[in-house]
Amino acid sequence: MEVENIKKEFPIFKQKINGKPLVYLDSANSSQKPKSVIDRISSFYETEFSNVGRSVHSLAVKATNRFENTRDRVQKYLNAKHREEIIFTKGATEAINLVASSFGKKFINSGDEILITELEHHSNYVPWHFIRQEKGAKVKFAEVNLNGEVEIDEIKKNITNKTKIIAITHISNVTGAITPIKKIVDIAQEKNIPVLIDGTQGAPHLTLDMQDLGCDFYAISCHKMYGPNGLGILYAKKKWLDLLPPYQGGGGMINEVYKDSISYADTPTKFEAGTMQTAEVVAFSESINFIEKIGMKNISSHENKILEYGLEQLKKNNSINIIGEPKERGSVLCFTIKGIHPHDIATILDDEGVAVRAGHHCCQILHEKLGLPATTRASIGIYNTKEDIDILCKAIDHCKKVFQI
Amino acid sequence: MELKELYQEIILDHGKNPRNKGVCSNYNFDAQAHNPLCGDKVHIYLNLDKDKKLVDISFEGEGCAISLASASILTEILKGKDLNLTQKISEEILGMIKNKEKITINSLTEDQITTISSLAGVQEFPMRVKCATMVWHTFLSALNKKN
Repeated sequence: MEVENIKKEFPIFKQKINGKPLVYLDSANSSQKPKSVIDRISSFYETEFSNVGRSVHSLAVKATNRFENTRDRVQKYLNAKHREEIIFTKGATEAINLVASSFGKKFINSGDEILITELEHHSNYVPWHFIRQEKGAKVKFAEVNLNGEVEIDEIKKNITNKTKIIAITHISNVTGAITPIKKIVDIAQEKNIPVLIDGTQGAPHLTLDMQDLGCDFYAISCHKMYGPNGLGILYAKKKWLDLLPPYQGGGGMINEVYKDSISYADTPTKFEAGTMQTAEVVAFSESINFIEKIGMKNISSHENKILEYGLEQLKKNNSINIIGEPKERGSVLCFTIKGIHPHDIATILDDEGVAVRAGHHCCQILHEKLGLPATTRASIGIYNTKEDIDILCKAIDHCKKVFQI
Repeated sequence: MELKELYQEIILDHGKNPRNKGVCSNYNFDAQAHNPLCGDKVHIYLNLDKDKKLVDISFEGEGCAISLASASILTEILKGKDLNLTQKISEEILGMIKNKEKITINSLTEDQITTISSLAGVQEFPMRVKCATMVWHTFLSALNKKN
């Protein structure tokens, strides 16, 4: 599949926004969906739909097979050792909540430490805050340096004999810093500390190999990977899933239920209570097809090319301040313009057909550290082109004109 | 959707040079609000005398041009007015921003009406309505606290 014409695969680009072609620079928030994924959702509902894992009729068998096929696809895609290591969730947020809740209940006690970083999205801090409150544990923050990245020494410095888990983002959704996760996992393994990677921004842009990486948990947001909304994945080593208590109770996750005792299903079913997002899971196979047809390496190199071009163009503009200068940056460009608030920038850019996000991007800790109440974020996906960056730059000039600066 | 309706001269002027910014001396009531969606913050300070007249008002805060302009306009319009009138004006302005209702208070000057009307530009930008309304709600909650 040719990267050059990839916009054609995404029906959303057929429309005009405020009379202008859509320039979508908000993929870190959620990516657009290719036609193959959209079509799969509708064909599944039209010809194959039934609830999965319960009834014995033909449609139930078909739907269950399709659903479990995706689990196999994801296992291969992530190079996980076992298919049971793939748990479907509502999103990366729920994946992290699952780990924080189940791991926290069983393994974290009063005085224990949970090590996270100042880069974390609220979804990799608030769930640990719950455990801090429930168990009297401590949440420690590895600090960011002036480039907006967390250095390996900062992680080392914060590990103590009370550290029970390290939870860290793969790519910052604000500074774009790519965290040295492999090195962190290696250090943690020496000390027998499990590592959770928040892969929300990592999974859509980088090649993943769970067995090579060796992390204990990896959280994925499918809707940022050209997949359906309302779907996430938790990769977890089987040894943990066998040990951890269930996260939610309900149908499907049980083995036997009596008035005085209940036993639970095996992994992964133990962690998939209630009716799952059936069409979404089935259609996610098409997202993997889409990514594999282009190749993750080609996706990364295309996005890097656009990102580098974006940095180069924005740096030419004296009134623009780019947030963070990490050595390795992934597909995120946050900036401020002197004299114009990010919300005003986002509204004026929208008038030019350019979709960006403004605010603290669910990273209030990081924004406080940066001394900024809000920033504007342009984030890159496979469909972005150099022309999109040129339109962004022109639209930024328009902002300055409106604000007479 | 017209961008120039949103960023009118009056809005840009108040946004860039907000009036009554800071903490006014001898304030006896205050209230604050925060919009977690965008990080806008506002804190307003009121000095009400014993005759229930708003002798002084000021605000502190950070936010977009619309929210700063709205706060600035609020302090300018309400300063020196009786409590009952400030409440009525605030309610009418919220009605104008949210439901395109007309301003009926006849004690406002034509200039003041023009200034207030500039806030109606957010109507066509639903995601920005809260930027304009937050400070007026905050003012009303300061009055509620007093009562």
